[in-house]
Amino acid sequence: MISRLKTIYLAIIFLFLYAPIGVLIAQSFNESRYRGHWTGFSLKWYESLFQQDKIIDALQNTISIGILSAIISTILALITCLALREIGKNFRAMFMSVANIPILNADIVTGISLMLLFMGMGLKLGYGSILLAHIVFNVPYVMLCIMPQLMALDKSFYEAALDLGASPFKAFTSVVLPELRPSIVAGFLLAFTMSADDFIITYFTRGAGVHTLPTEIYAELKLGIHPEMYALSTLVFITVLIFVILFAMNRKKLLNQKEENF
Amino acid sequence: MFRTIGIRNLFLAPFCIWAGIFIFVPLLFMFYYGLTTPAGNFTFENILMIFQTEFFYSLKMSVLLAFISTAVCLLLAYPLCLILVDRAKSAGAIITLLFILPLWMNSLLSTMAWQTILERDGTLNQILRLLSLPDFTLINTATAIVIGMVYNYLPYMVLPLYVALTKIDKSIIEAAKDLGANTWQTFYKIILPLSLPGAVSGITMVFIPALTTFAISALLGGGRILLIGNVIEQEFTFEYNWNLGAALSIVLMIFIVVNMALTVFFENSHEEEKN
Amino acid sequence: MKGKKLFKFVLSVLLTAAFCLNLTGCGSDSSKKENSLYVYSWGDYIDPKVLDMFEKETGIHVILDEFDTNENMYPRVYEGAVHYDIICPSDYMIQKMIANNLLQPLDFEKIPNAKKNIDAKFFEQSKEFDPENKYSVPYCWGTVGIMYDSTVVDEPVDSWNILWNEKYKDKILMQDSARDSLMIPLKLMGRSMNETDQKYLEQARDMLIKQKPLVQAYVIDEAKDKLISGESTMGVIFSGEALMISLANPKMKFSVPKEGTNFWIDSWVITKDAENVDNAHKFINFMCRPDIALINFDFLGYSTPIEALKDMEENEEIRNSPIAFPDPEVYKNQETYKYLGNEMDKIYNRLWMQVKVD
Repeated sequence: MISRLKTIYLAIIFLFLYAPIGVLIAQSFNESRYRGHWTGFSLKWYESLFQQDKIIDALQNTISIGILSAIISTILALITCLALREIGKNFRAMFMSVANIPILNADIVTGISLMLLFMGMGLKLGYGSILLAHIVFNVPYVMLCIMPQLMALDKSFYEAALDLGASPFKAFTSVVLPELRPSIVAGFLLAFTMSADDFIITYFTRGAGVHTLPTEIYAELKLGIHPEMYALSTLVFITVLIFVILFAMNRKKLLNQKEENF
Repeated sequence: MFRTIGIRNLFLAPFCIWAGIFIFVPLLFMFYYGLTTPAGNFTFENILMIFQTEFFYSLKMSVLLAFISTAVCLLLAYPLCLILVDRAKSAGAIITLLFILPLWMNSLLSTMAWQTILERDGTLNQILRLLSLPDFTLINTATAIVIGMVYNYLPYMVLPLYVALTKIDKSIIEAAKDLGANTWQTFYKIILPLSLPGAVSGITMVFIPALTTFAISALLGGGRILLIGNVIEQEFTFEYNWNLGAALSIVLMIFIVVNMALTVFFENSHEEEKN
Repeated sequence: MKGKKLFKFVLSVLLTAAFCLNLTGCGSDSSKKENSLYVYSWGDYIDPKVLDMFEKETGIHVILDEFDTNENMYPRVYEGAVHYDIICPSDYMIQKMIANNLLQPLDFEKIPNAKKNIDAKFFEQSKEFDPENKYSVPYCWGTVGIMYDSTVVDEPVDSWNILWNEKYKDKILMQDSARDSLMIPLKLMGRSMNETDQKYLEQARDMLIKQKPLVQAYVIDEAKDKLISGESTMGVIFSGEALMISLANPKMKFSVPKEGTNFWIDSWVITKDAENVDNAHKFINFMCRPDIALINFDFLGYSTPIEALKDMEENEEIRNSPIAFPDPEVYKNQETYKYLGNEMDKIYNRLWMQVKVD
């Protein structure tokens, strides 16, 4: 009974999260280019997607900025969190609050103030400035993911490894890192997602002609979103979904292997 | 974890430099604008504007809707994460990924999709009509905004909470049960305190963006409900009054302070529990 | 151990992928520095074909950048974030940019097509924001009117009054901006849309507050979708979008109310610190060619000020559309937004906020 209730609960939340995605996917097959106006099934947006250089360029920028900013901000956040674990809790709270400022400020404030800062530094606005800006707002998100798990970590294992003669680096990579991996992965994924979804900060810190998907989408708003965007979103979504499924299958295999080995 | 304070500080240094350049300097810009007139004279007038009816109303509305959304996210996420953690570990990870996956749709596009669902002739009503149920129109109301916020920010609650819950040692829970604690007591006495840091992270990650959003209220609220995010956005762009926009953002910083106090408070109680 | 290897592998794949993408992403624009032109325009406002033609004909490399509102465009230009050569803002914004010394006078000797092909009345109308016709060359224009579902609305739609009609409760769309909303009650009261008298402005605000219970939503870009799908019965809309709506949903009709409306013009201007002034003039001259204007018009659907265009348009539906080519009567004695100064902007915005929070 309880187990059925649980499944129903999962299903409802699942439905809630996937309903708009279903709508978007349906929209990508809609012949009409207008939202909520179904005129027939069509694949034409998929065909024209690959002729839209603008969209493909924007996609490339989004992915590369997303990955680079997620990697850099994860490293920075991890180093910082390790240090923060060891300082007094009041200091820690203060540091965390400072780190949270970029996500607390309205995006437009962060965006415009970063634009002014980059210009003050004599940095030419372009790809690099978007990347820097994305790291700025990604670091706190990753820290929010890593910090709780790091705090819950039992220090004694690490110290035991040191006592057994492991170098600090070795002890860290073999004891601490595996424990933290779920939250590091979570932080990385979150950072990538935030980066891929940001509009305002990107808008103010980008240079001429450098678009990411969100700025491209906003530029299209006046005349209506190109349905190619829906097609692209569908493709991206399905690609990620396939990755997740592959990951799931491999993971099961890995686990099985492990069990056999033991 | 570090042998000397020196090494610890070495680890802390990159962030300090980073924060100095990319957090403090922009913050200084903001305080400068917020506390001066366009001519550059010092003033508190911009900050005090928040007490004008329209501004105060929008702040109140934003806090209220962000609070409701955060509460809804928390209420939805706890059972969800408990169920997910409970499932076999591998399947749990996959299902968790599936709950994060919707984030990979551009949020503007998925919020527009919610428009399509909630509209008068939207998907929801068409399904209801098929089932001969009465129409249920939510679009352009505060409820629609809350739905949009919960949709956009629920994963940020699920993520840290799930991570925190996976870290709880199963044996503690079993021990509690062996000692005769019922499900509710186990949750209240063991799971809740141990997962609190994750929940606090989640609350921060949901409440803060919900407080400053403006796109969701414009798209799902039909522009009928003015939130502080919309006002700040307008001051910066339409009115080009950066002084007022910055001042209103400074007012929002109060919530950093509240957030900081809460974090310290929860960590204190957390450590006491541990001891 | 296995997990760690996997982790490293994934990391290295991600890094390589990022760098490869990074290189292809950047390589395209930085190489051709000389003989280029930085254009900053509304999203989708120029047919990409036209840019290709321009590049081929002149050898000038165009870097096109797009904005979504005048207001988002302004701070980027004002702060000099990027040195754009040529921009396409709207009327009141051009006036504001002139006032803030962001533009340079054009050399009309280098743009012979402008005076030759553009109907003189557009230069006349442009005087509202560019009094000596020194800074701007019109590119697109239009009006603001009411789009309505002709199968539902059975009375004549010829006055802004209909937006206060209880019959259409919850089916009316209004524009979500201070100037565009206050313009309507001001016009109904017989005042100017550039009104500066606080008394009339407050009356206009009160009329909007009275109307609020009837309004389905205050929107900007979503108006189009909502009118096409039939979600809304009537809405205040720009004529360029009206043409798109009526082509997608023929039931929808467009009407310009008799009290008068906003005659808006988006024009080309050259920035003060432009680095490619000659190229910018060539670009404007090129855009004023009738054959180029026609390609753009077919792509965009916004009315253009090029006189010869109507006879050249091949699509009969569009040629006969009163939205694309209105009766000359429609734009007689219409007003254009003026930049009223920072203080007045603040007053307009406060009044609009009061409508929103009521």
